[in-house]
Amino acid sequence: MQPFTSLTARTVVMPSANIDTDQIIPARFLTTTTRAGLGAQLFTDWRYDAAGAPRPEFILNRPESRGCQVLVAGHNFGCGSSREHAPWALLDYGFRAVISTELADIFCSNALKNGLLPLIVDESTSAWLIAHPGAQVHIDVAAGMLTLPSGAAVHFPLGAFDRHCLLQGIDELGYLLERRAAIEAFEQRP
Amino acid sequence: MPERTRTLFDKVWTAHEVSPETDTAPAVLYIDLHLIHEVTSPQAFQVLRERGLTVRRPERVLGTMDHSTPTKTAQVFGGAPIAVDSAARQVQQLERNCAEFGVELLALRDAQRGIVHVIGPELGLSQPGKTIVCGDSHTSTHGALGALAFGIGTTEVGHVLATQCLLQRKPRTFAINVEGQLGAGVTAKDLILSIIGTIGVDGGTGHVIEYRGSTIRALAMDERLTVCNMSIEAGARAGMIAPDEVTYRYLAGRPRAPAGVAWEQALAHWRTLPSDPDATFDREVAIDASTIEPMITYGTNPGMVVPISASIPQRPGDAAFARALNYMGFTAGEPIKHQKVNVVFVGSCTNARLSDLRAAAAVLRGKRIARGITMLVVPGSQDIKRQAELEGLDRVFLEAGAEWRESGCSMCLGMNGDLVGRGEYSVSTSNRNFEGRQGAGARTLLASPVTAAACALTGRVTDPRELL
Repeated sequence: MQPFTSLTARTVVMPSANIDTDQIIPARFLTTTTRAGLGAQLFTDWRYDAAGAPRPEFILNRPESRGCQVLVAGHNFGCGSSREHAPWALLDYGFRAVISTELADIFCSNALKNGLLPLIVDESTSAWLIAHPGAQVHIDVAAGMLTLPSGAAVHFPLGAFDRHCLLQGIDELGYLLERRAAIEAFEQRP
Repeated sequence: MPERTRTLFDKVWTAHEVSPETDTAPAVLYIDLHLIHEVTSPQAFQVLRERGLTVRRPERVLGTMDHSTPTKTAQVFGGAPIAVDSAARQVQQLERNCAEFGVELLALRDAQRGIVHVIGPELGLSQPGKTIVCGDSHTSTHGALGALAFGIGTTEVGHVLATQCLLQRKPRTFAINVEGQLGAGVTAKDLILSIIGTIGVDGGTGHVIEYRGSTIRALAMDERLTVCNMSIEAGARAGMIAPDEVTYRYLAGRPRAPAGVAWEQALAHWRTLPSDPDATFDREVAIDASTIEPMITYGTNPGMVVPISASIPQRPGDAAFARALNYMGFTAGEPIKHQKVNVVFVGSCTNARLSDLRAAAAVLRGKRIARGITMLVVPGSQDIKRQAELEGLDRVFLEAGAEWRESGCSMCLGMNGDLVGRGEYSVSTSNRNFEGRQGAGARTLLASPVTAAACALTGRVTDPRELL
């Protein structure tokens, strides 16, 4: 996992609430046995028509979206299935952070484990971001601060452990493996 | 100081804390049962390989194959290759992974194979007080037996394989109290769809739901499994129901349930699990079951649901709502009843147990489905398929003009090629009506098995109570 300390990038806005993981990556692409290359299928049924041609009106197909690394999404983004292919696809496409007023539990957990920052903001910050697509924002993981182009800084919640893992680029498996003695002791309990 | 009263969830959670949550670290939670399948496990086994790790407790892991497996008999039992190449490779990969790491696998032709959330309870592996995880969001199903069961991502599948543990933050608790008798033609599916319509598709986010009250206690185990199954459609981490005599009768004698002295010991423990009488929850909601009608969805998430006699709501100015209706080809304000249907699917971890098949067959017996309708009946497990055939349910479905298949997830998500066509309407007993869920451009209406069967007979959205 790459360390994530800070990011300055422009936003792409997808304002609909309840964007589910079947939209992020449809089930027909889950027969893969690797995690690479899923960005090509990100939002595929919204990006491409039935004949496979790009839909020019879809936000990710518009020229101004090129190079944007922050996805601003409506409430309850990532609901539905537990497929980790959803954050894999977002990361592979080039996103580093998803901003919303609420993210689905499993999506949020999966995102953190891959270094995709789930960033929860209040309604008014969300409304401003949705009204200003393409805004350049700055994210400081250590401080837990999102800075808007006006200079206004908004605090976002992030657990101490998750922050540590993001900043150091370490994964949880190493931490769990180090708990081996405690796990063995638990297994010996009557 | 008096001992704090505890909920069912609190009791199961605390008993599995290897170490509790602190300000700086999540809890380390021990996992009793880890179910794996072909779609969300390959990358996890790859991580074990790359890091030179083994499966810590292979006897606590059980593999099955369900998501991308064929349902046509010739593809399962020979004579024809698996039609989807990538699915065939995924199935072979799971076989290799389980063999290499010493994990038991119920392979494609195994008599005990089935949908992962159907076979756990059916084998008696899913038990009260256990922690159960699987790389699948509908793991919430197993909570019907009083287990703490939740879906995890593939990275976490790797964590459990390597350490039998997960790092978890303790969720909040949410009591859904259901009172009143369900009416004729109204099922557990209608109850949970109504609950989701009430609390919303994110109503349970961050919470573990405990379904409580006289209505829940009166439900049979199959019905409880249906209710807990769709907890995730309300955004909840898990759904639980306190174990009781229904639970114990269900488990007694199942192949992998405890027996003899072990059964008596287990029973004594299980009886301590229900929430204390004065336990408090972070949130509570009351539901009156007596007013619930057969429910059906009209939109593109499970919260977009109405009683079958109602009209599609009107929400002027709501762009997302308009987009959903446009996708579905519906007009706000028109009745949902009598809308055209092309496909009927009876199956999935929500509604493919024996009682679901019986309920659908009772509607179809001696009748023919409408001309032009495709109806797929896919049992939840090979064992259910055999039992249904012993009762002659397969004949009822076949004589009605439906297809009778081998078990699997099938048309719930269409990974195996069982697909609904672009623009077609499917009345489905599954759990998700998201855009494209049953195939690109497919339009899904979620309903109960009796409603689905009624729709198959008429070729239109039909209130099953009119056929009772």
